[in-house]
Amino acid sequence: MSKEFLLTLTWLAPFPPIIAFMLIALFTNKRRSLTTMIAVGGMLLTTIFSFIVFFNVAGDHKLGEAPLRSQFAWLPTGDTTFNVGVAVDPLSALFLFMVPLAATLIFIYSTSYMGNDPRYTRFMAYLSLFAGSMMGLVVSDNLLSLFIFWELMGFCSYSLIGFFYFKPSAYKAAVKAFMTTRVGDMLLIMGMVYLYSQTGTLNFYDTMRNEEVLHHLAATPAIIPGMTAAALIGLFIFGGTVGKSAQFPLHVWLPDAMEGPTPVSAMIHAATMVSAGIFMALRFFPLYESAAHVGDTTAFTIIGWIGAITALLGALIAVGQYDIKRVLAYSTISQLGFMVAAIGIGGYVAAAFHLLTHAFFKALLFLGSGSVIHGVEHGHHHLHAHGHDDHASSHDSHDAGHGHDDHAADNHGKAEFDPQDMRNMGGLWSRMPITFITFTIGGLALMGAPFITAGFWSKDEILGHAYHGMTHGSPLSTVVFWTLCVAAVLTAFYTARQIFMTFAGEPRSEAAAHATENPAAMTFPLIVLAFFALTVGYMNIPKDFEFAYIKFGAIASGFGIDHWLGHFVGGMLPVAEATLPFNSVPVVFSVCIFLLGGLLGLWFYGLKPLKAGETDPVENLGAIFTALNNRLYFDELYRKLIINRLQRFADHYSNNVDKGFIDVFLHAAYAILSDIAEVFRWFDKNIVTGISNLVGNVFRRVGQEGRELQTGQVQNYLLSALIAAVVMMVFFLVFQ
Amino acid sequence: MIPNILSILTFLPLIGMVLVLLTPERSKNTIRWGSVLFSLLPLALSIIAWASYDMKQSGFQFVEKAVWFPQINSVYQVGVDGISLPLVALTCFLTPLAMLMSFTVDKSVRAFFALFFLLETATLGVFVSLDLIVFFMFYELSLVPMYFLISVWGGANRKYASFKFMLYTIAASLGMLLAIQVLGLASKSFDLTYLLSAAGRPFTGNNQVNILFADPSVWKGIAFWTFTLAFALKVPVWPLHTWLPDAHTEAPTGGSMMLAGILLKLGGYGFLRLVIPLFPETAGQYSSILAILAMLSIVLGAFAAWGQNDFKKLVAYSSVNHMGWVALGIAVTASAFATAVDPHATSKLHDIAVFAGADPHAVKDTLTPVLGASGAMFQMITHGLSSAAMFAMVGIVYERAHTRDLTKLGGLWNIMPRYGAVLIFCAMGSLGLPGLAGFVSEFLLIRSGWAAFTGLTALSLIGLLVTGIYILKALQKVLHGPLGHEWAHHPLSDMNWTEVIAVAPLMLAMLILGIAPALVMNLINLGVSKLFG
Repeated sequence: MSKEFLLTLTWLAPFPPIIAFMLIALFTNKRRSLTTMIAVGGMLLTTIFSFIVFFNVAGDHKLGEAPLRSQFAWLPTGDTTFNVGVAVDPLSALFLFMVPLAATLIFIYSTSYMGNDPRYTRFMAYLSLFAGSMMGLVVSDNLLSLFIFWELMGFCSYSLIGFFYFKPSAYKAAVKAFMTTRVGDMLLIMGMVYLYSQTGTLNFYDTMRNEEVLHHLAATPAIIPGMTAAALIGLFIFGGTVGKSAQFPLHVWLPDAMEGPTPVSAMIHAATMVSAGIFMALRFFPLYESAAHVGDTTAFTIIGWIGAITALLGALIAVGQYDIKRVLAYSTISQLGFMVAAIGIGGYVAAAFHLLTHAFFKALLFLGSGSVIHGVEHGHHHLHAHGHDDHASSHDSHDAGHGHDDHAADNHGKAEFDPQDMRNMGGLWSRMPITFITFTIGGLALMGAPFITAGFWSKDEILGHAYHGMTHGSPLSTVVFWTLCVAAVLTAFYTARQIFMTFAGEPRSEAAAHATENPAAMTFPLIVLAFFALTVGYMNIPKDFEFAYIKFGAIASGFGIDHWLGHFVGGMLPVAEATLPFNSVPVVFSVCIFLLGGLLGLWFYGLKPLKAGETDPVENLGAIFTALNNRLYFDELYRKLIINRLQRFADHYSNNVDKGFIDVFLHAAYAILSDIAEVFRWFDKNIVTGISNLVGNVFRRVGQEGRELQTGQVQNYLLSALIAAVVMMVFFLVFQ
Repeated sequence: MIPNILSILTFLPLIGMVLVLLTPERSKNTIRWGSVLFSLLPLALSIIAWASYDMKQSGFQFVEKAVWFPQINSVYQVGVDGISLPLVALTCFLTPLAMLMSFTVDKSVRAFFALFFLLETATLGVFVSLDLIVFFMFYELSLVPMYFLISVWGGANRKYASFKFMLYTIAASLGMLLAIQVLGLASKSFDLTYLLSAAGRPFTGNNQVNILFADPSVWKGIAFWTFTLAFALKVPVWPLHTWLPDAHTEAPTGGSMMLAGILLKLGGYGFLRLVIPLFPETAGQYSSILAILAMLSIVLGAFAAWGQNDFKKLVAYSSVNHMGWVALGIAVTASAFATAVDPHATSKLHDIAVFAGADPHAVKDTLTPVLGASGAMFQMITHGLSSAAMFAMVGIVYERAHTRDLTKLGGLWNIMPRYGAVLIFCAMGSLGLPGLAGFVSEFLLIRSGWAAFTGLTALSLIGLLVTGIYILKALQKVLHGPLGHEWAHHPLSDMNWTEVIAVAPLMLAMLILGIAPALVMNLINLGVSKLFG
């Protein structure tokens, strides 16, 4: 198809969901089925547009050098204009495949999951805007419009995390998410204006694909001595990634974000928010590289360390959680750390690859956990329906903790049972078989089950890259390699723990015993996602993997070449990334990691599944467990060290400074002036009047002539104020 | 093309005033709707003026000149360019909306709407006048209706607030009167077009003041500082801002909308129209001070807003925060423009500039002053929209709940869904959410600020961060959480249609200008490039 046609489709791609948002918000907020049609229809339309574009460019290996571009003048700036537009390059093409696919499935799932919520239409409206913003972000050809959609997503996530706005925990989580990511956004803005004032453009291709610009940035010293502008701009921009992709130290918002309904979590953790952060870091990868070329590795080092720390931290905390969604949330943080660490050691393709596979299996895991929660909730209500007849309203909501309008009732009776607590589950494999199988597939992908899951290939690619760096004498790669190995073992362990705790053994609560499988609208997306969680890794199998390549060669060669992703996305870089020589050591590592973590999980949770009332074996870790369970006290630390202090300052500022200082000064000045005025008045009344009575009109005439510079009547004290001001001014200017 | 369009536009509201005064007080609804409908006429005229403004040539257009006060060389002269026309349009746009939000006023309706028309004429006069004496007259005239709007129709503490507002502003503008006369003595003219021309620039060539004891540079300094003081107080710049929270909080809803939407802009307009073009070197020399104060306005204004528990006071302090960005843009323009005029100009206050942290490697371009000024201009427009909308939203909830105490409100989204959605939209506009208009100006201001005052701009971003906090605090305290006990038994009605009609245009404008800022920026850019390019 012609370039123009594909570009038109790209222009159109973000619009259907955004229009759906407007239609629902303005017109259909009372009609549920119409809302469903508009929301899902809009998303499907976007999917069709995007897929046409993706499958038309997927075979084009020169796309990285000559992306499809189209732009128009958006804002006049002096004699020039600021242009915005869309572009299709390998990176955005990849997202044109992943985002709409995952989002459509989440939409379908939501129609069932949220179907009975009283605010269903509002939910679908926000979800549409969310998806539309992500699409806009993906096709943007410049940082400014990317940032616009980036912030719109921030707003959507704020609204959706706080969807159950009447619950304090929900709106607190929403504010936390918005503000924490905003800290990163401030850095991102700095990076943006820094880049703009250095280069005069924010277009990705005029900056990141332009040797001259990159060279200039790498040669310019930054405002911080000892750094190059390229590294500092890159780090500022990376600050946005730290916020959005929940990297240490701004990771605290993501676990709380599960206060939103579960489809939102899937959306945030897979298709949109967190992926956007990595996506943008990948966009600016050439910047870090160009700085490293001139010997300034600050950016790479910091990114690598942050990624490694985050990967380990997330995996550690995940071990100590009981909430099924919280485990997944920390696992997302950890996996994003893998990607960031990969960027830090220069593994561009590896990071992009893991981002892609992770999106599929994490969407699957979140939707699966939603299915579990829904099922357990259902069982819980089923149980209670015997007593009092609230069965009809039982599906109203799940995450909200039964978020009916009469939420006051929540605090009585029902609140004690937590349908998200894995200790209340167990034995669900036979009751929810589809959920069980698909969730397990997702879990295996997360653990990196060798050869059969997508997660294995991408994680192996990251480890392979780190191993290569390590054997070639890079200390950063050494750190990254070993940290990621530990984190990966922990990942396999906590995932096994989660699967066994949730599905194995006997039910540990009555609710779990009465859980039932969900309708097809919820299980169908799980099945589709499970398929991709298994297969999407074959996009990038090196042909050295004889076994896998031959077996799945048909899929790989469907794209015409082995290592398709590497060649395709690698084309994004000005200097193509060398395909690493095959090395079996990291592969062996990957396999061993999976086995070690998995067997540990099997040993503690699989062979002898937890029984009701039994203590979780990880609690034997004592203080360590308590610390992990309390998420290593980050929230408390931030609250105490930063937030409380700022709040105190804010609370007292206007009383202490504005009222207590500035206004006191003003009032005193006013008092002095009125006293002076009083003197004048006395003088006027007793002396001037007396004399003027004697002298008559003469004095008045003199007075009028002397007042040439004044117009009209002015009160005495204002006149004296003027004189005082002039005298002070003259003193200041003459004697300075 | 209508002849004398600007004069007609400016004085048309006075006819409205007379008509209102001729209507009997008891026909309240006739006065209300009649006023709103009449105020659409200036709006229509301003749209016509905008549409017929020749975008191919910058500079003043629709200029009218008439003999007025020959004894002192003052002429009645009006005209608009790219920095005044948008503000004229904003005034005409906000007036009917503020009137719509004043339908609940029941005390002396006739006087209230008459004062509104007077206010409109006064502010329009400031923006269109090209003679300094005329400018000053309109500038002072704008205080009178505002004073009465606050002191008669205001809240509990209205006497203190209106007195503070009046005294403070008059004290500052007295100095401006002196400055105007000094300029008149120097250049023998009050004609702004002449003063801005090469021959007429005060304190250059023969245009010196030699009176009293001081040498010309002292008079120049006096003129500069008195102008600066008057406009800085109006913007307002920290620490001259304390009149604002009182005045805004006590004013009636419509009055707050006009005060925040229009009157604050007189300050920013004064800087761009008079201070920087007339005193480029002096302004550049002291721009670091203004930049520091602007940063303090942004940061401290945001913290102060965060600390408020009165919804209206929170919104009032948000104006200090937002207008701080305008001040920063002005400082940037002053600094960068001075450098552009004279590349060898070195700041006397070099150490302060170093503290401000200008990036020595930033591209020294002619774009920075243009972006700073157009950012400040656009910020004034977007703040006019968003602050007016926010004050309207405060008024709506106060009208029903009779309290603005954020600790007492809460959970109102449960019973006022339409209000909730509109409030979220307006609050996001105020927060500067990308996609809405506020973001565009923020981006321009941060970009230009970065080139001129890197360190201060970075510090100002703390204020931008806190902006998020206070906006979300307001949303949360009003809308979120369980419904307050009080409201469960005292049901509050949702927004009515009058209120929707009053706020919807503001929302639409924020959205359209966020997506297509060029609609306004083309004009602003034209005017700004001519002045500072």
